[in-house]
Amino acid sequence: MAQATEVQQRYGKTQRTDRWWLEPVALGAGFLIFVIYSTVSGFNVGNWHYEAGPYLSPFFEPLINPSWTPEWFSPAIFILWAPLGFRATCYYYRRMYYRSFFMSPMACAVSEPAKYYTGESKFPFILMNSHRFFLYVALLFIPVLWYGAAKSFWMPGEGLGIGVGSIILVANAFLLMMFTIGCNSLRHIVGGGLNCFSCTNFTRTRRKMWDLVTVANERHKAWAWASLVSVGVSDLYIRLVANGAITDINTWTTF
Amino acid sequence: MPNAHLKVWRGDTGGAYVDYDVEYEEGMVVLDVVHRLQATQAGDLAVRWNCKAGKCGSCSAEINGKPVLQCMTRMETFIPGETITVAPLKTFPLIRDLVTDVSWNYRVAETMPELKLSAPDADGHRRMAQIDIDREQEFRKCIECYICQDVCHVIRDHPENMEKFAGPRFFVQLANVSMHPLDQNPAKATVSHGFGLDYCNITKCCTDVCPEGIHITDNAIIPLKERRVDEYYDPVKALVRKVFGGGDKK
Amino acid sequence: MAEIETHDYDVLVIGAGGAGLRAAVEASATGARTGLVCKSLLGKAHTVMAEGGIAAAMGNVYSEDNWQVHFRDTMRGGKMLNNWRMAQLHAQEAPARVMELEEWGALFDRTEDGRILQRDFGGHRYARLAHVGDRTGLEMIRTLQQHAVHRGMDVYQEVTVNRLLKDGDRISGALAYYRESGRMVLFRAKAVILATGGLGKVFAITSNSWEGTGDGHSLAMQAGADMIDMEFVQFHPTGMVWPPSVRGILVTEGVRGDGGTLKNASGERFMFNYIPSMFAAETADTEAEADAWYEDRTKRRTPDLLPRDEVARAINSEVKAGRGTPHGGVYLDIASRRSSEYIKRRLPSMYHQFMQLAGVDITAGPMEVGPTAHYAMGGVKVDAETAATTVPGLYAAGEVAGGMHGSNRLGGNSLSDLVVFGRRAGEAAAQYALGLSTLPSVSEGEIAERSAAILKPFDGGKENPYTLHRELQDAMQEEVGIIRTNSEMQSALGKIDNLRERLGHVQVEGNIQYNPGWHLALDMEHMLLVAEAITRAAVERKESRGGHTRDDFPGPNADFGKVNVVVRHTAGGLGVTQEPLPQMPDELKKLFEE
Repeated sequence: MAQATEVQQRYGKTQRTDRWWLEPVALGAGFLIFVIYSTVSGFNVGNWHYEAGPYLSPFFEPLINPSWTPEWFSPAIFILWAPLGFRATCYYYRRMYYRSFFMSPMACAVSEPAKYYTGESKFPFILMNSHRFFLYVALLFIPVLWYGAAKSFWMPGEGLGIGVGSIILVANAFLLMMFTIGCNSLRHIVGGGLNCFSCTNFTRTRRKMWDLVTVANERHKAWAWASLVSVGVSDLYIRLVANGAITDINTWTTF
Repeated sequence: MPNAHLKVWRGDTGGAYVDYDVEYEEGMVVLDVVHRLQATQAGDLAVRWNCKAGKCGSCSAEINGKPVLQCMTRMETFIPGETITVAPLKTFPLIRDLVTDVSWNYRVAETMPELKLSAPDADGHRRMAQIDIDREQEFRKCIECYICQDVCHVIRDHPENMEKFAGPRFFVQLANVSMHPLDQNPAKATVSHGFGLDYCNITKCCTDVCPEGIHITDNAIIPLKERRVDEYYDPVKALVRKVFGGGDKK
Repeated sequence: MAEIETHDYDVLVIGAGGAGLRAAVEASATGARTGLVCKSLLGKAHTVMAEGGIAAAMGNVYSEDNWQVHFRDTMRGGKMLNNWRMAQLHAQEAPARVMELEEWGALFDRTEDGRILQRDFGGHRYARLAHVGDRTGLEMIRTLQQHAVHRGMDVYQEVTVNRLLKDGDRISGALAYYRESGRMVLFRAKAVILATGGLGKVFAITSNSWEGTGDGHSLAMQAGADMIDMEFVQFHPTGMVWPPSVRGILVTEGVRGDGGTLKNASGERFMFNYIPSMFAAETADTEAEADAWYEDRTKRRTPDLLPRDEVARAINSEVKAGRGTPHGGVYLDIASRRSSEYIKRRLPSMYHQFMQLAGVDITAGPMEVGPTAHYAMGGVKVDAETAATTVPGLYAAGEVAGGMHGSNRLGGNSLSDLVVFGRRAGEAAAQYALGLSTLPSVSEGEIAERSAAILKPFDGGKENPYTLHRELQDAMQEEVGIIRTNSEMQSALGKIDNLRERLGHVQVEGNIQYNPGWHLALDMEHMLLVAEAITRAAVERKESRGGHTRDDFPGPNADFGKVNVVVRHTAGGLGVTQEPLPQMPDELKKLFEE
């Protein structure tokens, strides 16, 4: 079949006149910055402190630091695979990085460079189906993060108080919760998989949950970025405080 | 009256873009300008259209590279003096000018499973709650403009996939079948298996271009993918099936 | 002409809107080998534009409703000129046809207890319209289309029928061309069902798409079928008039029902000057009284909600008196009465229609509206039970058929008409065809002659088909429009003659591949014949009734209330006669004696 007006064989060919490249470049750059930062921080390069007073960096929450691990080992390695896997298989992030990094396609109606395309039907992208598994893990992390946020109001030896770090950790726990609640896979589990919402009281309740998840899901992109930034900022803030670069403003006297 | 500078594809695959200056008035859409061009300068200019109100999905084209309905693209959205390129849909074989052969879509439509509803109640009525069908009613807003099919890179850049990939419009129809509260068709269980659903990498261009605002990706494609995850990839559901046996799928 | 592509069918259905699809489904189910020809792509027919709903006395909202009430509403709406048997069958069978659509996948809005929800509409005594928001027609087309593609029929998309063929008295097929390639195609068929829809395109301002060129009306006339009620054309009072991109597109009656008022260019609510004595008792005659009705429905109604024909005439008079808007309409203002939230909640599609298509915010300012040619009540005369025309083997269903709606159609009765009579036509045509042992023959000579004739617009001439079409539309709009007089209609007949002569010298550019100019030139022949039929029938009916208003004969005439005007194509041209209406049995007459 002859294609209309020699459909784009060449990468990036399009008749679009707007700045279609801006969003994938900007989002890709932002994501790349986070990946580099979180790798450096997660492997604890330079052995900076990640605990300051009542604050623990969310990269390390919950802190698992057994004695048998080697000197260079970062306790974040026990943690980070989960949020990493959750985000890597997230339907929103897939849209973003397939566009920004795989150029498949970089923008709508812009031709892509790949000669062959099998999408998510073959390895490695078939692994995206593990998103459900990562969701279950991510759901376990929500109480853990709130625990870390609650803990940040309790200064050992001094008691209840509040600091800028506590506020940041609460905001972070909230944003990560909203990102998780808006998950497409969760939307399916709570109600999307049903064909009859009206059948029983339980399915009616699940419809209401589905409606709530849908509200969060409609802004999944916004929650994804907000929580990505917040988790990075939380880690950075706590490390800066822990290493004395800045001082946390708080109600405690010994910190 | 201002002039619009149009660059319109003329001819078949051996054709070329031709420049036209067409007078237009405030409030016109691109289709009006194309019609005026047709009535005054290019009587044989081929263009499909019917309702001119965004309800029939006939006048799909690519304007300045973006797949849109010509009748819903208002002239005010262009900078005065800007050259407006009007091209046919590029994913489908060109017939002439702005008209393409969209018959592939009709062939795919024939492969769609049919609904087979359960018997009506004793009084002859079928009862369905509004909350069970509102999700489906969104799918049925589809006007079959095939703009989502045109923009989908799975077939736009890789036409060989047309043999195994139904495309966003038909994933919407499959979701409609899958979620129908009264459908008893055994084929329903398999709607998320075939049709090339796993070729979709959810880059969401279909949703971006849909003139009806159907959330194709979030409400049709991803739920279908998730329904398949239920069967094959959900660790908890797999465990439940292993322990309690059987598939308690609803 | 041995090389012409030929297909043989028991039943050939021309048109794939609601009626054509339903007919094809039924013909196929009855066992006939069925072909379906559509002028556009499948699923694009004008049925998709229907918004309000499909009228069927299911009684889901008001259990008092039944077919007798629906029948009576329909007859009254048509000013008793309807074919009573069609109106009866329609009212009786519509509920089953709606349930059938649901079985095939249509998802109508629901009542609290899960049945099909029904809405109120003008002229219907009870809430009766099954609907899907404001896109009921789309739901119906898509449902029928998805059902039909699994029923084993052949579909010919973008094929235009140019002539029906006959073997002696009876139908023997149709000659058509592929719009894409320009090649001719011959369908030999035992029976043909016309389901070609309307003829709005003979008027300048219309809600119809390019397809509404009256092909079926013309094909039937050329084949010798009788036409009835051609003078009755429904002008919907509120179509958009500006901007040009949306001229003619409907503005739903709901705008006025929800508080919109009509105003002329100086801001006057002119409808108070046009209250006919017949409705004076139930209509408010001051602004204060009309305003009170919006809050208390027991008060007398605002004159903005008079019947469609009354409102259309009033708007027309204002514009002719120079009190119209700059674009030749009047203002329809809902923004000054209702809040932005209210308008967006009650009229979402109108809000989006004006916002997206016109860039007009109806929550902030008025709409410009004017009458728009909407629906042809008249059409091919058919037998109520079988949809058979006066030509053996030729059937007609939907808008192309006449009689069902009398002189004026009620909203919602069109969609139900399509499926009730589409099904009946399909079944009857299939049975007729299965009763014939051999295909009737087609005339090789006629095919050769037509094949040459349709190519004539390519050689030598100077007339632009688009110009000819525009002139016809302007003549019909001006002179055979909402208000008619004998002298103006005679003038229109002269113009039609002149245009027909000039059509003989039409010149199209390019080649036969997908050439809209050429297609228009061929459609013009049909439009001219249809325009003439409308005009001649309108000259004959010397009274005002429903969708036919004569300035020189204001008001109804009892004698004309007993007859149909029949148009028949003969060698000498179009002949017009009057025929008495079929008489309703006494038990039905009783329904009107309450």
